[in-house]
Amino acid sequence: MKKKLSAVLSMVLSLGLLAGCAGGATSTSGGGTSDTIKVGVNYELTGEVATYGVNLNDGVQMALEEINANGGVLGKQLEIVTVDNKSSDTEAANVSTRLATRDKVVALLGPATSGNTKAASPAAMQNKIPLISGSATADDVTVDANGKVRDYIFKTCFSDSFQGVMMAEFALGDLGFTNAAILADSSSDYAQGLAKAFRDTFAANGGTLLSEEAYQAGDKDFKAVLTNLKATNPEVLFVPGYYEEVGLIVRQARELGLNVPILGGDGYESPKLTEIAGAENLNDVYYSSHYSPNDTAENVVAFNEAFNAKYSKSPDAFNALGYDMGYLLKDALERAGEADTEKLKVALEETDGFEGVTGVLSIDDNHNPVKSVTIIEMIEGVPTFLKKLDPK
Amino acid sequence: MEQIIQQLINGVSLGSIYALIALGYTMVYGIINLINFAHGDIYMMGAFVGYAITTFLGLGFIPSLIISMVACSILGMVIEKIAYKPLRNSSRISLLITAISVSLFLQYIMVYFVGPETRTFPNVLESNRITFFDGSVILDTKNIYILVITVILMCTLQYVVRRTKIGKAMRAVALDKEAAELMGINVNKVISYTFAIGSALAGAAGVLVGIYYNTIDPLMGSGPGLKAFVAAVLGGIGLIPGAVFGGFFLGLVETIVSAYGGSVYKDAVAFAILIIILLVKPAGLLGKNVKEKV
Repeated sequence: MKKKLSAVLSMVLSLGLLAGCAGGATSTSGGGTSDTIKVGVNYELTGEVATYGVNLNDGVQMALEEINANGGVLGKQLEIVTVDNKSSDTEAANVSTRLATRDKVVALLGPATSGNTKAASPAAMQNKIPLISGSATADDVTVDANGKVRDYIFKTCFSDSFQGVMMAEFALGDLGFTNAAILADSSSDYAQGLAKAFRDTFAANGGTLLSEEAYQAGDKDFKAVLTNLKATNPEVLFVPGYYEEVGLIVRQARELGLNVPILGGDGYESPKLTEIAGAENLNDVYYSSHYSPNDTAENVVAFNEAFNAKYSKSPDAFNALGYDMGYLLKDALERAGEADTEKLKVALEETDGFEGVTGVLSIDDNHNPVKSVTIIEMIEGVPTFLKKLDPK
Repeated sequence: MEQIIQQLINGVSLGSIYALIALGYTMVYGIINLINFAHGDIYMMGAFVGYAITTFLGLGFIPSLIISMVACSILGMVIEKIAYKPLRNSSRISLLITAISVSLFLQYIMVYFVGPETRTFPNVLESNRITFFDGSVILDTKNIYILVITVILMCTLQYVVRRTKIGKAMRAVALDKEAAELMGINVNKVISYTFAIGSALAGAAGVLVGIYYNTIDPLMGSGPGLKAFVAAVLGGIGLIPGAVFGGFFLGLVETIVSAYGGSVYKDAVAFAILIIILLVKPAGLLGKNVKEKV
């Protein structure tokens, strides 16, 4: 039934397209005219999550401009069609449809958030155009509820649960702890995903979980639960969540004399964390992230300098993720041999060992990247690059 | 044992904040039978005034507390004059709806002007830790400040209501507005004073919370505002000692619920208490059952 419906829909859509294209240049393989390759960029350039979208877009634009300046891809220049989705689900879906049907792009880059990416996906699936998101970390972006892979959807950032796995391995392996406690945000899928992955991995590798407590986004007083956790004497505390509550938790934990290391995920990434927790309290706090500007790897340093020269500021994780996405597209197009959506999709699936500034990346069977995470250590409130941790 | 003492300290600090906000609620209700849902947002405004004064003027704790109290009392009087006074002879439901509108108005006018993001309150109070039982129980000096200031404000309020002329007028208006007017009391003035005092208490609570949790945002008033309402009803709405009792009781209950692993349910428990009180003893734990005047 559903198939029938989508078949009818795509027929209607293509009819509309043919009518629209009548008299114009016809390009059957999709992706612009004979001397350009059209790339659709769908980002949150205004609206409530505009900071993510704008930063990703800056990275993408920089990469694509560099590629064009160096002769383009497959002898053609990239033609970038950027459309603002205004941080809205419906708008993200509309933009995706527009880019796929009217602009006939070869690939869709973005949106930034998991929700908007999911909204933009059906248009990509129906039109069989690969969509790559550089920052949608939810586990179900590339895989649907039944565990079936969404054929044309890819992401280049690791999933929420993957961070939980890596932090559990970091706590056991690098820090050498054997028991832990969890304090997780029960109102966010993100935090729950991290907590579950941490719990499973930690237990499976011989660690003991002493206790598990929960809080809700918007809470301000954590002293009661922290007093509970302190009584179980954990060696390490895993606190998946966002910087606002985490900042208060770190401060109140230290005020209660709970001085054990605190671990978390990329939700910690914000200068507000230091402001809220207080620099003097932010020691022995580790979190996984996509990227650190303090990384000393050669390609990262080069990227930092180029970014600084172009935008006169130092790049953040979203800039780096966007930049990598641009180059991954180039890499995949070259391996595909021509600007054809179907061949591009296969090339993306076969990505193995792509070297980006956010780590070495391979795409797995679920269209998720297998890549290293960057571990950041807080020293007196300053995020400091500790190491890159490779998946086992 | 140490854990229980630590949890008691946590509960009392939380409770003193609820008590301070509940005092303003209860006063306004006692005088004009209005549940002022905008009270929690006046508390938010107080926090922002304190933030502005400490951040931009660089003043210390005591001046910012006083200025914030003054600013909030003016705001409270203005709100009363503009929003509530024209409706004084209308039904109570229209007053209630107006109060909710004022609350939302204050929240979103602040979102518009200062943005929705969380701000960090400057650290104007020296925070020292006092430890007991070999460091297993920790008492922050900030807790003591908050408790002491709450107690001072409560005693001042009790003194004003019981011993001064304006307090006497307030009690008279609370008892019977028309009769008080006949005896030559300026009811409008008394109501204005009530709002001024109640809002000043909210302003003080805002600054104290800003210092205690060191984060403030335009929507911070709604949660504690509702909790303070529960506290006021719990102790007996309209009663000043009732508000204080209710505040501390609620703070301790929430802490106990969290301490027994139910941190996610602590709000549910607070509101369940409200429902139970309204069903079983609507006059509140300290209130006497008085027949409604007909």
